[in-house]
Amino acid sequence: MSALLRIEDLSVHFPIRKGLLQRQVAEVRAVEQVTLSLNRGEAFGLVGESGCGKTTLARTVLRLVDPTSGEIWFDGKNVSGLKGKSLAPYRKQVAAIFQDPFSSLNPRMTAGKILSEVLYVHRYEGSIPGRVAELLSLCGLAPRFADLYPHEMSGGQRQRVGIARALALDPELIVCDEAVSALDVSIQAQIINLLEELRAKFGLTYLFIGHDLSVVRHLCDRLAVMYLGRIVETGTSEELFSSPRHPYTKALIDAVPAPDPDDDNTNKHGALAGEIPSPLNPPPGCVFHTRCPVAMDHCKSTVPPLSQLGGHHAAACFAVEPSQDAQR
Amino acid sequence: MPLLEIENLTVSLSQDGTETTLVHDISYSVERGEILALVGESGSGKSVSSLAVMGLLAKALRVTSGTIRFDGNDLLALKNEEMRQLRGRDISMVFQEPMTSLNPVRSIGSQIMESIEENLGLSRAKARQRAIELLKEVGVADAERRLKQYPHHFSGGMRQRVMIAIALAGNPKLIIADEPTTALDVTIQAQILDLMARICRDHGTAMILITHNLGIVARYAQRVNVMYGGRIVESGSARAIYAEPRHPYTDGLLQSVPRLDQDRKVPLRPIQGNPADPFTPIPGCRFHPRCPYTTQICREEAPGFDDGLACHFPLTTETREAV
Ligand SMILES: Nc1ncnc2c1ncn2[C@@H]1O[C@H](COP(=O)(O)OP(=O)(O)OP(=O)(O)O)[C@@H](O)[C@H]1O
Ligand SMILES: Nc1ncnc2c1ncn2[C@@H]1O[C@H](COP(=O)(O)OP(=O)(O)O)[C@@H](O)[C@H]1O
Ligand code: SF4
Ligand code: SF4
Ligand SMILES: [Mg+2]
Ligand SMILES: [Mg+2]
Repeated sequence: MSALLRIEDLSVHFPIRKGLLQRQVAEVRAVEQVTLSLNRGEAFGLVGESGCGKTTLARTVLRLVDPTSGEIWFDGKNVSGLKGKSLAPYRKQVAAIFQDPFSSLNPRMTAGKILSEVLYVHRYEGSIPGRVAELLSLCGLAPRFADLYPHEMSGGQRQRVGIARALALDPELIVCDEAVSALDVSIQAQIINLLEELRAKFGLTYLFIGHDLSVVRHLCDRLAVMYLGRIVETGTSEELFSSPRHPYTKALIDAVPAPDPDDDNTNKHGALAGEIPSPLNPPPGCVFHTRCPVAMDHCKSTVPPLSQLGGHHAAACFAVEPSQDAQR
Repeated sequence: MPLLEIENLTVSLSQDGTETTLVHDISYSVERGEILALVGESGSGKSVSSLAVMGLLAKALRVTSGTIRFDGNDLLALKNEEMRQLRGRDISMVFQEPMTSLNPVRSIGSQIMESIEENLGLSRAKARQRAIELLKEVGVADAERRLKQYPHHFSGGMRQRVMIAIALAGNPKLIIADEPTTALDVTIQAQILDLMARICRDHGTAMILITHNLGIVARYAQRVNVMYGGRIVESGSARAIYAEPRHPYTDGLLQSVPRLDQDRKVPLRPIQGNPADPFTPIPGCRFHPRCPYTTQICREEAPGFDDGLACHFPLTTETREAV
């Protein structure tokens, strides 16, 4: 399998400036030394609590935010330094779907206009009205939706328009940032099924960001867990959910209540104590040590490296013993 | 006698000379000390029906029929002043977004103390003591120092703890929690819900827990009301509803969510179509345009609410499997 997207040692820091001279007084370490690769055709999930850097990572991949250090490779090309016109081909290959379809769609344009505009700007070579009709139907919207404005649609219908817009230029990679998080469960299931269908049909690759673990597990073949800008564990959905190794991943899975009144596994190890520290002032050493139930002394000063555990599984924790297969 | 008893409650909106029913003829009761969940999609009437109990409906909204009895009082007959006293003391509410319910320019302490002074008639010094106790009870460390701080010094989870402390100030018999953790992260959500459940247990407080999250309902509620299009369509014990949903909408909700305790490849079965909107009249059963079991009678006649269910063709083990 070839990697479609490779993120290498990527860090994104936002300077905090103050005063007349706008001197930098601090920085937010939104993304810290992240390395990931997405295979062509896979759905890769990114989970973690709010503020852990998921959106920043997504926006950096979309080249809307510049990396502070590190590289992004797409289809064998380094795209991290591309600027202006040289980004145009990349912008066609990589599309995005956001959480709130209402704020990401122009309220003064009908769905038809929103879609034809994207096609027009990128000089689509076929018939634009034909393509608009095709996109609406691919996303399960009747032709009359071409004439409706976003406020005339339900949340689910607006998200379908958002998906149609992402598909317009035949992208290879779609970054979905909390794409189903704002939807009611019955509609969320419709959109999840639509995303799965489209991926199978067009061989799409997804970077799927979410905070609902059940949704990410359902959709994604592999995933990474982020905490305060860092990847703390990564692996296949099976590896991560049936044998989580990092204490944070364990706590995260543990905190999800099952829709079953007879299941008393939720929080069986007790709810995780404490608050998420600020990325403005991340703890030294292991970023999780302030909440970790098994933290040791050297966790407070040394950053644990992401070590391989066999298969696709890796975790960044001193308390995790590499498994037999990894040592072989 | 139940703590709260709602009978045939209907709430309508008057706007531009037309009247629209938002909550339609709902009846339910809450026993002392129990946690009852209200679930349903956005717009199904969960908040409006609860605000009616609190006497906090927006201007354009009005209870058009029905009764609400709380601890022997007919709430709809109370004067505004009486209702206000009851709200601080016997019933309190916790909302989704703690930032908008706290005043950003006043210290946390003055906001908690105000609520204590008003509702319990305690002196300033006693109120301060009580505020510290309450903050400790809801797990805010270093309570004395934190009383002097402002809402923006608190994280979302901490602000929600403060709101819970304020809600507890008058030793209420009932707390209505409207999506109390929807804006919070899962690990923080777990802390807050565990806290609320412990408080209900320790003080015998009853709670109406409004949520979209079927996992939360299963874990924390003893009984459930499922709402759709302004009506309660099914109600029963959490155990019965999850094991054997009888209403097609309840069944549809349960089939729509991916679950960590099942094979991840189990396909989701979404409910087709879009949620009912109160401004678009639907004859017969409000769920019929989305229901896989619709027949002619469903399109013509609204099913009554009987034995905890509003459906002409309740699901059975066989019919559930057949689809
Ligand atoms: N002040 C108001 N004026 C007009 N319509 C209102 C008002 N408040 C609520 N509604 C309408 O009443 C219906 C029920 O709203 P309600 O807030 O109870 O829904 P809900 O079940 O709490 O939904 P959610 O899950 O989104 O919070 C909706 O159609 C809503 O748009
Ligand atoms: N433009 C920016 N300037 C300063 N800080 C930012 C900016 N964008 C994001 N951040 C901060 O970076 C951190 C990560 O944010 P984000 O990537 O949005 O997290 P997530 O999507 O995981 O919730 C947060 O602390 C956020 O406040
Ligand atoms: S490295 Fe130490 S503090 Fe970090 S997760 Fe592992 S045990 Fe806990
Ligand atoms: S009454 Fe008919 S349409 Fe309504 S839920 Fe029951 S079977 Fe479905
Ligand atoms: Mg985000
Ligand atoms: Mg509501």
